[in-house]
Amino acid sequence: MIETDILIIGAGPCGLFTVFEAGLVQLRCHLIDALPQAGGQLTEIYPKKPIYDIPGMPEVLAGDLVKQLMEQIAPFKPGFTLGERAETIEKMEDGRFKLITNRGTVHVAPVIAIAGGLGCFEPRKPPISNIFDFEDKGVEYIIKDPELYRDKQIVIAGGGDSALDWTIFLADVAKEVMLVHRRKGFRGAPDSVAKVMELADAGKIKLITEAEVIGLNGDDRLENVVIKHKRDGESLQKTDHFIPLFGLSPKLGPMANWGLNITKNAIEVNTFDYSTNVEGIFAIGDINTYPGKLKLILCGFHEATLMVQSAWKMLNPDRKLTLKYTTVQGVKGF
Amino acid sequence: MITIKVIDREGKEHKLETPTDMNLNLMELCKAYELPVEGTCGGMALCSTCHVYVESNTELNEANDDEEDMLDQAFFVEENSRLGCQLKLVDEMDGMVVRLAPESL
Repeated sequence: MIETDILIIGAGPCGLFTVFEAGLVQLRCHLIDALPQAGGQLTEIYPKKPIYDIPGMPEVLAGDLVKQLMEQIAPFKPGFTLGERAETIEKMEDGRFKLITNRGTVHVAPVIAIAGGLGCFEPRKPPISNIFDFEDKGVEYIIKDPELYRDKQIVIAGGGDSALDWTIFLADVAKEVMLVHRRKGFRGAPDSVAKVMELADAGKIKLITEAEVIGLNGDDRLENVVIKHKRDGESLQKTDHFIPLFGLSPKLGPMANWGLNITKNAIEVNTFDYSTNVEGIFAIGDINTYPGKLKLILCGFHEATLMVQSAWKMLNPDRKLTLKYTTVQGVKGF
Repeated sequence: MITIKVIDREGKEHKLETPTDMNLNLMELCKAYELPVEGTCGGMALCSTCHVYVESNTELNEANDDEEDMLDQAFFVEENSRLGCQLKLVDEMDGMVVRLAPESL
């Protein structure tokens, strides 16, 4: 069991900076993130994009900003639970919250700060109406164990790097690999593209371009897929597995069931301290909404700072908090 | 000012009026009119939630690599598919007609 003062859900820039502000008032933090690394969108989606609106930094790459934030919060020794999704929250008898992740890790804290950004990144699912019926019955969005496909017939859909890389890898494992892509060309890494073309020419994989998988059929398990060709109608392909690899997209996920007031995929907060309708739970950064909300990193930092003051008062009801400038005090770590 | 016609997912037509000197793109315009366009990534061609079909013969800038990459990960992509965030609003777009693509699951 992990115990801390402020449990932060989401290790993006806003969640990371919360550790700093909390550290200044001697509160400890632990962060949970569904992604395997800290940084949120900045690391996952646009690490190489420059950001121009961080005060005092005329230009900084998103990945570098995360690195600098990690350095800034290091003195306060935050804990991390990465690659796990916050699943359930319940209030315990002593007033603290107990949060359990999808892998069963238990966290206990009196204050929860949701800094979940756009939500959890989950595989993008093709809009085929009965696709849910075949999940784990022949349809997989993530390849966990390549051995599952040994000597099987598989159809992979997508045109990005992960579709290309898995096609190459599984060509040696599966009995038959078919790659279906909507365009003629691929824009993945050039050597992956060349390798896929080579495998197709050698007859080791089947490459179907300018086509899309639009239907799935089977009784208990997936038996075949319907492929729509841009030029010549539809065809049926017998297969054991269908693996759509279309990247990740953010979803609010389990947070939607925590009893918080939600409008348009965002959590409503009071701008006094970014508290939600549940006492002890705050929401900061892109995940919250209030009149005039701007989804900017800059605003998230401000929200984190004010939120920490309220959290401190909750935890120290009989004491008075006076603002001390870091220029006077320096930064005293734990 | 130019006018752009947007057909929503229920088939309802919306006439959106907009200036062209505000450096706006089509995704932002749709959001300003509170049409159901998410624009999750904020206009970086990184999410495809502003996927539209261009139904008029309006001359548009060619899709760049980033946009094509993202369309590769989108669904229901047609010849006339574009990402609204990559369509900067210019005078030549007056009278353009676009239809919102279905949302993915």
